[in-house]
Amino acid sequence: MKLNMQSKLLAAALAASAAAVTLGSPAAQAQAKEQFFPVLSYRTGAYAPNGIPFANGYVDYLKLVNARDGGINGIKIAFEECETGYATDRGVECYERLKGKGPTGATAFHPLSTGITFALTDKSFVDKIPIITTGYGRADSVDGTVFGWNFPLGGTYWDAADMLVQYVGNKEGGLDKLKGKKIALVYHDSPYGKEPIALLQERAKMHGYELLLLPVTHPGVEQKATWLQIRQQRPDYVFLWGWGVMNSTSIKEAVATGYPREKMYGVWWSGAEPDVVPAGEGAKGYNALVFFAPAGMGQVHKDMVKYVYDKGQGSGKKEEIGEVLYNRGLGAAMLTVEAVKRAQIKYGKKPLTGEQVRWGFENLAIDDAAIKKLGFTGYMTPVSTTCVNHAGEAQARIQTWDGKKWVVQPGVIHADNSIIKPMIRSSAEKYAAEKKLPKRDCAKEAG
Amino acid sequence: MKKHWPVVTLGTALLIGLALPLATGASPPGFYVEVLLGGLMAGVLYSLVALGFALIFKASGVFNFAQGAMVLFSALAVARLAERMPLWLAILCAMAIMVVLAWLIERLVLRPLVNQEPVALLMATLGVTYFLDGFGQTVWGSDIYEIELGIAKEPVMILERVFRGGILVNKEDYVAAIVATALVVSLALFFQKTSTGRALRAVADDHQAAQSIGIPLHRIWVIVWSVAGVVALVAGVIWGSKLGVQFSLAQVALKALPVVILGGFTSVTGAIVGGLIIGVGEKMAEVFLGPVLVKAFDLAGGGIENWFAYVLALLFLLVRPEGLFGEKYIDRV
Amino acid sequence: MLYRENGQFKSTYVSDQQMLPILQDRVLMALLLAFAFGVVPFVISDYVFLSLLIPFLILTLAAIGLNLLVGYCGQISIGHAAFMAVGAYAAYNLALRIPQLNFIVVLVLAGLIAAMVGMLFGIPSLRIKGLYLAVATLAAQFFMDWLFARVKWFTNYSSSGSVSTAPIELLGWKVDTPAEKYVFLLGVLVVFTLIAKNLVRGHIGREWMAMRDMDVAAEVIGIRPVYAKLTAFAVSSFYVGVAGALWGFVHLGSWEPLAFNLNVSLNLLFMIIIGGMGSLLGSYFGAAFIVALPILLNQVPAWIGVPVSTAMASHLEFMIFGALIVFFLIVEPHGLARLWAIGKEKLRLWPFPH
Repeated sequence: MKLNMQSKLLAAALAASAAAVTLGSPAAQAQAKEQFFPVLSYRTGAYAPNGIPFANGYVDYLKLVNARDGGINGIKIAFEECETGYATDRGVECYERLKGKGPTGATAFHPLSTGITFALTDKSFVDKIPIITTGYGRADSVDGTVFGWNFPLGGTYWDAADMLVQYVGNKEGGLDKLKGKKIALVYHDSPYGKEPIALLQERAKMHGYELLLLPVTHPGVEQKATWLQIRQQRPDYVFLWGWGVMNSTSIKEAVATGYPREKMYGVWWSGAEPDVVPAGEGAKGYNALVFFAPAGMGQVHKDMVKYVYDKGQGSGKKEEIGEVLYNRGLGAAMLTVEAVKRAQIKYGKKPLTGEQVRWGFENLAIDDAAIKKLGFTGYMTPVSTTCVNHAGEAQARIQTWDGKKWVVQPGVIHADNSIIKPMIRSSAEKYAAEKKLPKRDCAKEAG
Repeated sequence: MKKHWPVVTLGTALLIGLALPLATGASPPGFYVEVLLGGLMAGVLYSLVALGFALIFKASGVFNFAQGAMVLFSALAVARLAERMPLWLAILCAMAIMVVLAWLIERLVLRPLVNQEPVALLMATLGVTYFLDGFGQTVWGSDIYEIELGIAKEPVMILERVFRGGILVNKEDYVAAIVATALVVSLALFFQKTSTGRALRAVADDHQAAQSIGIPLHRIWVIVWSVAGVVALVAGVIWGSKLGVQFSLAQVALKALPVVILGGFTSVTGAIVGGLIIGVGEKMAEVFLGPVLVKAFDLAGGGIENWFAYVLALLFLLVRPEGLFGEKYIDRV
Repeated sequence: MLYRENGQFKSTYVSDQQMLPILQDRVLMALLLAFAFGVVPFVISDYVFLSLLIPFLILTLAAIGLNLLVGYCGQISIGHAAFMAVGAYAAYNLALRIPQLNFIVVLVLAGLIAAMVGMLFGIPSLRIKGLYLAVATLAAQFFMDWLFARVKWFTNYSSSGSVSTAPIELLGWKVDTPAEKYVFLLGVLVVFTLIAKNLVRGHIGREWMAMRDMDVAAEVIGIRPVYAKLTAFAVSSFYVGVAGALWGFVHLGSWEPLAFNLNVSLNLLFMIIIGGMGSLLGSYFGAAFIVALPILLNQVPAWIGVPVSTAMASHLEFMIFGALIVFFLIVEPHGLARLWAIGKEKLRLWPFPH
């Protein structure tokens, strides 16, 4: 192919037009009366199998509120998705692009990645937008006096690790019976996977079990050596802290090395359909934590089918409504909408800024009656937050995969705050000192 | 002997390292054999991917960075097509797709870049990787897909009387090894016995000479890329059946790069031997060397297999720059 | 075209050897710098600073570094993000453990540390070359990825593996708004570009180019390959290390080891290939192209009015990226810099064809 002048001109024109078009600022946003919800999601890459159902649940609920209720007290919800690919720098880029959209800026961000949460936490103090990390994020961000804009609603990884240790301790016949046992943590080598280590080490000191740390590098497909080491060490329990394709690979490797799946316990992000279905029959007996919502269909799902899917507006496949991660996305969206509703009581029925919505998040009081009214009975536990406690009460149950569906075991586990609260306090204080942050005075702000 | 002392030293050091866990009694012999077998099986998978690299480099002098993406693309094709038709038909269709892909790549990417420097060709194949990445996910989707070969996934215990507790082996790994051997043997036969194979070897030797005796260069390149595509398909099916087919498979295929360095870019034997060496070295290092390093330096966990293969290849390169079985390149001014 | 560039004769060696011998070029450069320093900080929106200009400036610095190694010295490196990581973590540890140091000193020290590490990983280049060297540099990439994730000292024993930095302060001037960051980075970049330009025009640059073109012949005429190759690695790693430190401190603010993974290395390589290897201007063009492309691809479907799901947009981004790379390699292997040079040539004669 001869390099003639025409193709060179074409290349030059392409480059020049690209430059011109990009530097021109994006078109002015619609200034209608709407509440803008940014949606950080990942529908591509190694974490897509888990990111897609969550994003679908989240977006579907926003569509439902618009279709069924006409918005939040008449204010329609506008939303825009941005693909982060679970990468921190893209997450930050999406944040910067979306934080100013809408008449009053972004309502709240759900980063769906602990790594992105770490990066956005620093920015939240300047931009004053709440970062909601339902069941993930920084464990010390429960402390609202330091982390004024983070909301780990539902519990953190310290709560999750604590609950797992309690559960296996109970299985052994008491926490003291854990002495001399071996617990292996197979974790994703990222801030997400490393977060529970502090608590597990603390508990190891208290109860005398040996903690085996086995990190798995992103994307988590190479685990043969990890599971060979597990075969060598023969731990009594394996805690799985994976995400995306790492989860199913772990279960498959457990099958291949003959480790009994009944002794495997996954955190609530390692216990969804995309994690167990690829392993087929081998995943039977695998256990995982479940916090807000187990799999299943309730009143809100019926509404979803009626108002959204029957009109062809659904984000995903109809068969996937009611899966674990879908329900979790629904719950996360519901909490955000409720926070806006609560804030509207104080600030009026108009589009609200992030700072105003934060007040709503700090004064959430969703009890069983409210849950019933929203149609979430069985798919949400009560949430009540304050300025000091940004997470609410952390409780969860264990569910086991029986080959076809998740079976929730009876018995609710509560995190032991006597151990966790001092850890949160010291970690939050360390952060505040490092960043030279002023501590919030909750009493003064409320008054 | 004087000329060979670096290679001999490195080889001896590695063999000592390999025997250490057994000699010091740090691990029961049964487990040691398991790790060895695991390493060999991983090595077989790497060899399959490296085979594609070596074939293409041998025949067209192009370093095909897109081999990993081709493995993924073919595996995705098989997995998705198998949802609609019997597996054998899906594999045949996928083979056809790979041949078409090979033809397209040769026509659109390679032919225009015929006389460019190797870096440009490397970059072009990198571009193809990115393209196949996005295209594969667009056409086939981003979920995890399964390839059901019908092999039992549960492990079997063997040699229970020789080693205490027996050795755990996986049927899938055996099948993988057998298929890989069959593939290598058939490729060897193809190159030695058929006229196309001879033409391929001629082109690999010297492009101009081959052209001057009438061998159609472009057609040969299409054939080579198709063969590499089929090799990628086999690698993809085996790997996919073991790990599930998803996007990150392409990144794991990157591990095959140290294999070709070790073995020599132009050598098929090198790809096999290099793959086995890398596979065994990696797993051994991770399981036995890793915990030692963690304790010695208070590291936050192991994971040395991420770089071990590359460092091993680098060490080999320092003592033998053209790889174990590669051709010595003589620089002329 | 509009003016005549000829008729400017020089009477001293000094004036003949200046970087911009033509008056119009000097005027243009002065205007450009005045515009960049004086006008841009006041008119551009924060969003454009944060997502376009600041990454562009830092990545240009990194691209210049890589270009010195690959374009001028001919040693291929696919693992250069490792040295960015070295620079970033070195700067972090220096700033953390010796807080009295001025940030400029921290940057220079971080760059020197990165340069030493770069020299270490450059040693294989004395024995192997071409594609073998390229894949061997991947060893550096993956080893550094592992090192910073595992050796807890580097991340100050942080439980999550992430590190975060406070906004930088230079002699009392707190650089925290996007416009201020832009001005600071622009200053750093201008200084480094000048240094690079002078290196390349001097005897070291010539040695590098001799090694690139015919290394055996170069050795025959007395250029020491050890000296040439290792200095190339050292200087290149210095630039890239400083760029890494700036990337972490100014752009990201807080990062984890994955922030400097293989994709960043490949992006750097694409920048210099599309921009033009062996050309400093090419580094600028390439960095601008790579930074702008994803954002462009995200905005264009919205402008045309075709609704595209985010997943599809992301896939399209990959596909178009790959296709464009191949396209540029076929159409103009010497990159955008060459296109620019051809354009200038044509404009000199316009409206005459030759």
